[in-house]
Amino acid sequence: MSNTIDLRGICCPTNFVKAKLALEMVDAGATVEFLLDDGEPVKNVPRALKDEGHKLISLKETDGFYTLTLEKID
Amino acid sequence: MAADKNKTTINLGNLKAGGFIKERGKDLFTVRLRVPGGRMPVSRLKKIAEVAEKFGGEFVHLSVRQSIELININFKDFDAVVMELGEGEQKVASCGARVRVPVACGGCEYNPNGLVDTQRSAMEVDRELFGAETGHHKFKVAFSGCPFDCPKAAINDVGFIGAIQPELHREECISCGLCAKSCTDGAIAMDQENKPLYLPDKCTYCGDCVKVCPTGAWKTVKKGYTVRIGGKWGRRPLIGTLYATFLPEEKVVEFIACVLAWYQDKAEGLGRIRLGDIIIREGTDSLLDHLRSKFPDNIVEKTIPPQVVDNQIGNN
Repeated sequence: MSNTIDLRGICCPTNFVKAKLALEMVDAGATVEFLLDDGEPVKNVPRALKDEGHKLISLKETDGFYTLTLEKID
Repeated sequence: MAADKNKTTINLGNLKAGGFIKERGKDLFTVRLRVPGGRMPVSRLKKIAEVAEKFGGEFVHLSVRQSIELININFKDFDAVVMELGEGEQKVASCGARVRVPVACGGCEYNPNGLVDTQRSAMEVDRELFGAETGHHKFKVAFSGCPFDCPKAAINDVGFIGAIQPELHREECISCGLCAKSCTDGAIAMDQENKPLYLPDKCTYCGDCVKVCPTGAWKTVKKGYTVRIGGKWGRRPLIGTLYATFLPEEKVVEFIACVLAWYQDKAEGLGRIRLGDIIIREGTDSLLDHLRSKFPDNIVEKTIPPQVVDNQIGNN
């Protein structure tokens, strides 16, 4: 199952809360991708998810948006 | 005699630091409460509500500098108000030509941006310097936990902004690029090897790189306060300017006392005048030299005078 959560077009803090809800649905150790808009979302969401204890793995830019990959930590 | 029977007695000692402010009309005063850093334990808030209900009007006012002000207090009730508040350990604040109650943001215990413990700093300054008479004018202090600077350090006589110095340990970096993307000030660029390149001249020491880094490759090598001096608002606003960087948190009280001593010395005979206006008269070097003798590791080499804000009224 591909865990890609599209958070584009969603403002802070709704995007972060949606990310949290999405992470509740996956198992610990799973890899999840979040699609984030440039600007505030890509600046705030990764840091907030790290702060929640998850392991950030990479950030890639594609066509003006960002893909954040992380590993869910319980 | 009727005159004797109606005689009011008030403990004038309670009025020493100010905090009792005359309202419009007869007999009524505002009582400004001492709330350093804006932190109000819920138990104290309850006590304040009780006292306000018993002695005050229909509402309290939240002041611009984080105080709760009791409104419509009859001056005959001063002693009773002080006593009843005192049981809940709530003190009255200051006003006039004194060191005022410091303001501060929430600090670093629960706020994810906070870099330093502004609440502890505000409590320390309040404990050590509260109500000290300057002999000239009011003296305001503010603490911001990070360069967002919500408390607006630069419009205080002395304003402190939490800061950290980041340093990259390249071998721990996984080239994710999150730090460069997170850096608001453009102080991090990715180099040809796809590793972060730190541009210190652009850095405002906010720590966002340290906070976002997934592997801890960015480390904090220095922590303290960026210090701005000489600001004020009001009729003739001045923006305070940079005097110190990475001032250790434990030196805050000593630092303010050192600024106060210079102010009192240089303002001698000049009456009601704010620190910023004294700096404009004396020049910045005099204050820099004075501070450098005590804080050699933190004082900047040179600075600029407080910046005059042209408010476009009354200038002709």
